[in-house]
Amino acid sequence: MAAHLKKRVYEEFTKVVQQQQEEITAKKLRLTKPSKSAALHIDLCKATSPADALQYLLQFARKPVEAESVEGVVRILLEHYYKENDASVRLKIASLLGLLSKTSGFSPDCIMDDAINILQNEKSHQVLAQLLDTLLAIGTKLPENQAIQMRLVDVACKHLTDTSHGVRNKCLQLLGNLGSLEKSGTKDTEGLATRDVQKIIGDYFSDQDPRVRTAAIKAMLQLHERGLKLQQTIYNQACKLLSDDYEQVRSAAVQLIWVVSQLYPESIVPIPSSNEEIRLVDDAFGKICHMVSDGSWVVRVQAAKLLGSMEQVSSHFLEQTLDKKLMSDLRRKRTAHERAKELYSSGEFSSGRKWGDDAPKEEIDTGAVNLIESGACGAFVHGLEDEMYEVRIAAVEALCMLAQSSPSFAEKCLDFLVDMFNDEIEEVRLQSIHTMRKISNNITLREDQLDTVLAVLEDSSRDIREALHELLCCTNVSTKEGIHLALVELLKNLTKYPTDRDSIWKCLKFLGSRHPTLVLPLVPELLSTHPFFDTAEPDMDDPAYIAVLVLIFNAAKTCPTMPALFSDHTFRHYAYLRDSLSHLVPALRLPGRKLVSSAVSPNIMPHEDPSQQFLQQSLERVYSLQHLDPQGTQELLEFTIRDLQRLGELQSELAGVADFSATYLQCQLLLIKALQEKLWNVAAPLYLKQSDLASAAAKQIMEETYKMEFMYSGVENKQVVIIHHMRLQAKALQLIVTARTTRGVDPLFGMCEKFLQEVDFFQRCFIADLPHLQDSFVDKLLDLMPRLMTSKPAEVVKILQTMLRQSTFLHLPLPEQIHKASATIIEPAGESDNPLRFTSGLVVALDVDATLEHVQDPQSTVKIQVLYPDGQAQMIHPKPADFRNPGPGRHRLITQVYLSHTAWTEPCQVEVRLLLAYNSNARIPKSPWIEGGEVSPQVETSIEGTIPFSKPVKVYIMPKPARR
Amino acid sequence: MPEIRVTPLGAGQDVGRSCILVSIAGKNVMLDCGMHMGFNDDRRFPDFSYITQNGRLTDFLDCVIISHFHLDHCGALPYFSEMVGYDGPIYMTPPTQAICPILLEDYRKIAVDKKGEANFFTSQMIKDCMKKVVAVHLHQTVQVDDELEIKAYYAGHVLGAAMFQIKVGSESVVYTGDYNMTPDRHLGAAWIDRCRPNLLITESTYATTIRDSKRCRERDFLKKVHETVERGGKVLIPVFALGRAQELCILLETFWERMNLKAPIYFSTGLTEKANHYYKLFITWTNQKIRKTFVQRNMFEFKHIKAFDRAFADNPGPMVVFATPGMLHAGQSLQIFRKWAGNEKNMVIMPGYCVQGTVGHKILSGQRKLEMEGRQVLEVKMQVEYMSFSAHADAKGIMQLIGQAEPEHVLLVHGEAKKMEFLKQKIEQEFRVNCYMPANGETVTLPTSPSIPVGISLGLLKREMAQGLLPDAKKPRLLQGTLIMKDSNFRLVSSEQALKELGLAEHQLRFTCRVHLHDARKEQETVMRVYSHLKSILKDHCVQHLPDGSVTVESILIQAAAHSEDPGTKVLLVSWTYQDEELGSYLTSLLKKGLPQAPS
Repeated sequence: MAAHLKKRVYEEFTKVVQQQQEEITAKKLRLTKPSKSAALHIDLCKATSPADALQYLLQFARKPVEAESVEGVVRILLEHYYKENDASVRLKIASLLGLLSKTSGFSPDCIMDDAINILQNEKSHQVLAQLLDTLLAIGTKLPENQAIQMRLVDVACKHLTDTSHGVRNKCLQLLGNLGSLEKSGTKDTEGLATRDVQKIIGDYFSDQDPRVRTAAIKAMLQLHERGLKLQQTIYNQACKLLSDDYEQVRSAAVQLIWVVSQLYPESIVPIPSSNEEIRLVDDAFGKICHMVSDGSWVVRVQAAKLLGSMEQVSSHFLEQTLDKKLMSDLRRKRTAHERAKELYSSGEFSSGRKWGDDAPKEEIDTGAVNLIESGACGAFVHGLEDEMYEVRIAAVEALCMLAQSSPSFAEKCLDFLVDMFNDEIEEVRLQSIHTMRKISNNITLREDQLDTVLAVLEDSSRDIREALHELLCCTNVSTKEGIHLALVELLKNLTKYPTDRDSIWKCLKFLGSRHPTLVLPLVPELLSTHPFFDTAEPDMDDPAYIAVLVLIFNAAKTCPTMPALFSDHTFRHYAYLRDSLSHLVPALRLPGRKLVSSAVSPNIMPHEDPSQQFLQQSLERVYSLQHLDPQGTQELLEFTIRDLQRLGELQSELAGVADFSATYLQCQLLLIKALQEKLWNVAAPLYLKQSDLASAAAKQIMEETYKMEFMYSGVENKQVVIIHHMRLQAKALQLIVTARTTRGVDPLFGMCEKFLQEVDFFQRCFIADLPHLQDSFVDKLLDLMPRLMTSKPAEVVKILQTMLRQSTFLHLPLPEQIHKASATIIEPAGESDNPLRFTSGLVVALDVDATLEHVQDPQSTVKIQVLYPDGQAQMIHPKPADFRNPGPGRHRLITQVYLSHTAWTEPCQVEVRLLLAYNSNARIPKSPWIEGGEVSPQVETSIEGTIPFSKPVKVYIMPKPARR
Repeated sequence: MPEIRVTPLGAGQDVGRSCILVSIAGKNVMLDCGMHMGFNDDRRFPDFSYITQNGRLTDFLDCVIISHFHLDHCGALPYFSEMVGYDGPIYMTPPTQAICPILLEDYRKIAVDKKGEANFFTSQMIKDCMKKVVAVHLHQTVQVDDELEIKAYYAGHVLGAAMFQIKVGSESVVYTGDYNMTPDRHLGAAWIDRCRPNLLITESTYATTIRDSKRCRERDFLKKVHETVERGGKVLIPVFALGRAQELCILLETFWERMNLKAPIYFSTGLTEKANHYYKLFITWTNQKIRKTFVQRNMFEFKHIKAFDRAFADNPGPMVVFATPGMLHAGQSLQIFRKWAGNEKNMVIMPGYCVQGTVGHKILSGQRKLEMEGRQVLEVKMQVEYMSFSAHADAKGIMQLIGQAEPEHVLLVHGEAKKMEFLKQKIEQEFRVNCYMPANGETVTLPTSPSIPVGISLGLLKREMAQGLLPDAKKPRLLQGTLIMKDSNFRLVSSEQALKELGLAEHQLRFTCRVHLHDARKEQETVMRVYSHLKSILKDHCVQHLPDGSVTVESILIQAAAHSEDPGTKVLLVSWTYQDEELGSYLTSLLKKGLPQAPS
């Protein structure tokens, strides 16, 4: 209870401080207010020519206006508006009115009457359009006021007959944003006849100006976006617009048709020139498909994109999109896809070299062939071979979305996706590989398709290869030949691009575990065993051999008969790989082999990983034995840290957890060591030198806590509390050390104040977690807070010192998923002996290629540091576009770093490394006590510190002196 | 009656020697001037004597337009301009202008040097002919003379291929030449805006074919080549030096690079290097990919493809050879074919269309024994494959283009009669436009109704606009004004302005009419009755009773007088001006019916 009261006291205290700040700023506002409008008034009166007045207005528009002074400014502007003869000045004033009415905190209903008034007397079309724009701004500002909306709609309708397209455009925009469809009838209509806005807008679908037609459609879409339900009658009107001469009209019409089809998917529409009827969504689908072969690529992109989201379409229509009904000399011809499929199902593996196998077969009834109005026919076939890659990408995306919702369609579109792997633009290839991965649950690859897929493994782009590996991870293959083919191709890939090793191993791991029965018959061949003869033992370090073993061992996991085919050395290799590449090789139950791991712990549940258990156990041990004598604790911590670090190296999936815990224990160890120092017993003046260790420890703990907080992804709030707690302890330690080493009270006073603020801050941030921190340093500290607030620095230090010693070791709960951020610089490799020569004073571009793992939001956090031999350090912020995201949790940074320096006498090495920038304040604003507006944007983006997280790479450079 | 006349001299229901005469609004234009691959006699060139028997062609033709550089579209050009004699302008796109002479020279060499033909055009003639050429850039409108203008659109097919719009006043014809609606490895797709020509003359090579996706074609092609090469066989790909060859080269080049293959690829004839040079230059005419990447690497700078030497044909081991010409009718491709035909490991891939009568056509139709010159019989053991790499639009593509351009009439050329028939029927059925397919020498005449532009003064237009409500596109509106025809242009102006311009005085035209009324009452009363009657009927008009005893309705005056003979009859004098004719005649008919019986 007492604690609670104390907290409340502090809370109130902080509030008071903030209010004071607010008052100060408010005072400033009042000072500037009158001058603003007055100055404008004077300026405008001074203006002799329209050009002058325009200049003043432009200057005025650069500065913001406070909400309270808006009205005054508006009055002055209006006054000048009435006097002004020049249209351009009136235009500017009108636009300013619009801007001003958007000011937050200002209610613009008071200027509406004036605006409508001046509208009626205005002659210039441009100014009229601008005034309507202003009205739009006013109207959107007051969405609740029905009467005003009605009135504005009325005004818009009146000006719809204007001869200028600009005015009509704005009127339609106004109607779209403010008009309502339902005749809200009874209440507050007050003489203003309610209008059927949809009909009014619809009338302008046939306007003579294409811009107005576009605006009308956009207005209609706007109505829809505002949640008003469009009537179905619009559908026919929109369909007519699909054959408009202008691309922007067609593009908007496609959208409108899509909207209607989503609103009324099930209603029935007649097919013209026949008695049949079909569902509206099918009809719309057919029409949009037709637009995929439009003359303008903008429309094509639009149409292709929208197709993807039409999931209600019947499967019959959907499948038509992939069917082009080939013919040759009026005879039906089968597509290459169909032929490939037939060949496959007939059991032949020769692939289409037979003479005349594409010869056209049956005759086609000439009357039945429909060359254009075949609706959905072949829409995707066209879209996928479009000239513009934007269209192709849109088509691939649409294909992906549709395939995800329809397994049968997924099966059918497979051939087309596979074909896209050979597209000439890399982006398209990549996109189609990703698409394929997304739908891979629904499909099984045929051998000929797999063949095409695997051919892409030779692609020289690393992105493509890795995407393909990911795809292979989750692909279903139908035959053992397929698996063999995949393995052979992957091995080829491995020899060609050795850097792909890890990715390939991972890929084979999944390939094996997905297809154990297909791998089984291949085992003798793969291991090259012979029934009678012993074969030579393969080289254990050969990545290709490891790849084969990974495939086999993962298959063997669910196939108990497989180990019988292994030869002796295979078992030995298994044991080795299980140890060294445990994330790739699963635990196998090998019959007749008493492997150590399985013998020791037979009672373990099979799914529980022994290494996981080891980790848990060692951590338990540490936490439970906290009341040991200091010497013992230190030793135990040291051992455990060593164990954990080793474990992290061995088990890459546990590396995050292990490192994270090890770091935490390391902090604790440092703290204990620091507190064990003799210096605490010695009189103050004597240990000036000895204090090095303690202050170094404090500093290191701080660093480590920052690493813990920012270098790991998946850290939850409960860990953050512990980390911050540790940091607080480090700060306390620092304070104590400084108190002991410095003489004089003044600096200490400031430090104390700061420390207490930190404690306060901690309390406010983690108030919800405080109950978990029973008996900890901070808990005790908060109990003594009132006393600390009033006591002198020396006393504070004394209290802190005893508390630090008494505080218990907090248990760090392990998060579910935790990964350490890491980065590897692939390029520059740092092995070159040839210095990069450039003229001093000019720049040289250094290509940097790095992979980042488990970095959250790398665009804002990852920086590049260049260290010159003279100690000068340069930090480079890569562009957001330089980061690619090849897979979940992985990023790739490909950028250029510009180096420059004054001339050197001989080449020297600069260090390039990646830094992780952090800002601990950025985490906080979620707490309710800070209002969103108060944190200035600078604080959010600023960098508090950086953590190096990659190995530095040395680059040999040589700036030459410039020649004279 | 104005009309457009079209006469194909070549390519009418046929493929080869494209040459179409078009007369439009008194202008005569010749579209393409090609040769025929299947003939070696006079029939290979179009019959220019059709145009004129004696006299210079220049007097009869306003211009010649060449759509692209294939010989069946430009092969007869030097013959036509230098030997028959034509000095007018010849229009073609810059790539065509650059590449055309190379091909003509090559053609000349084969004809003269190899076959020893006399009376053929010379190198100098080609040069002279090319001097008459005027380059037209894409979407550039060129004024041939005051009235005739032409405009080029992108057509795909080969580098520099273009479709041309020929326009005189409001009448226009679009000639497509050869075009391709699907993009390929090096060119984009044909495109035209919605220009609504009176006539669209389109090629129809693949009138009855709907082609498979090009990706399958490409994959098939690569697979066939790859397998043959792996088997140790030789692959012969007969191509025309330019066009498909470059596409296939890019395809094989990228494939070789990706698959890291070592077998050599050769490209025959020296003219390729020159031609490739032009391909490197005219990057803007290629597709999106090449246009975008050429800064890093020009796709036409091949790494794996080398020049071919005749001796290489006998080298052992696998190889791929591109050799000209494409239909195996002569030259190097035929030589190599004869060398390799006997080995079943080898393969010949025909990537394009073959005209009847060529060796290519024979082997494609399954003939395994060929009779060569000198009664030799060549047995073909090598595999024969056909890959439809020909860059013509298929039936769907043709329909697509017609849909894009929205012509009033369609005329089919450059295709076989039987196939055209089908497409013609489809076009008429689906677009409801007339479609024609004339044979060579047959003339098609299309009546046109050219629209005549009339200028209208803004004041008059605004005045009319102000009177009515919104202009409605569907409803005709009546507009009064004066049409002035002066110096062969038409203007519609208000009558006042017309008077002023022509310096005429305005004449008032007044109609008067007497209406007899049986009314025994006094004149004054009759007038009052007429007034009240009109007032009750003509509510929208201003009806006034003037103090002098007359009634006015708008500007129409009505006076009453007693009949000189019969006092029981009153005579109403109605007078109105010409402008109020409508109201005036209505009033008289109203008054003739008599006044309603007053309640008296």
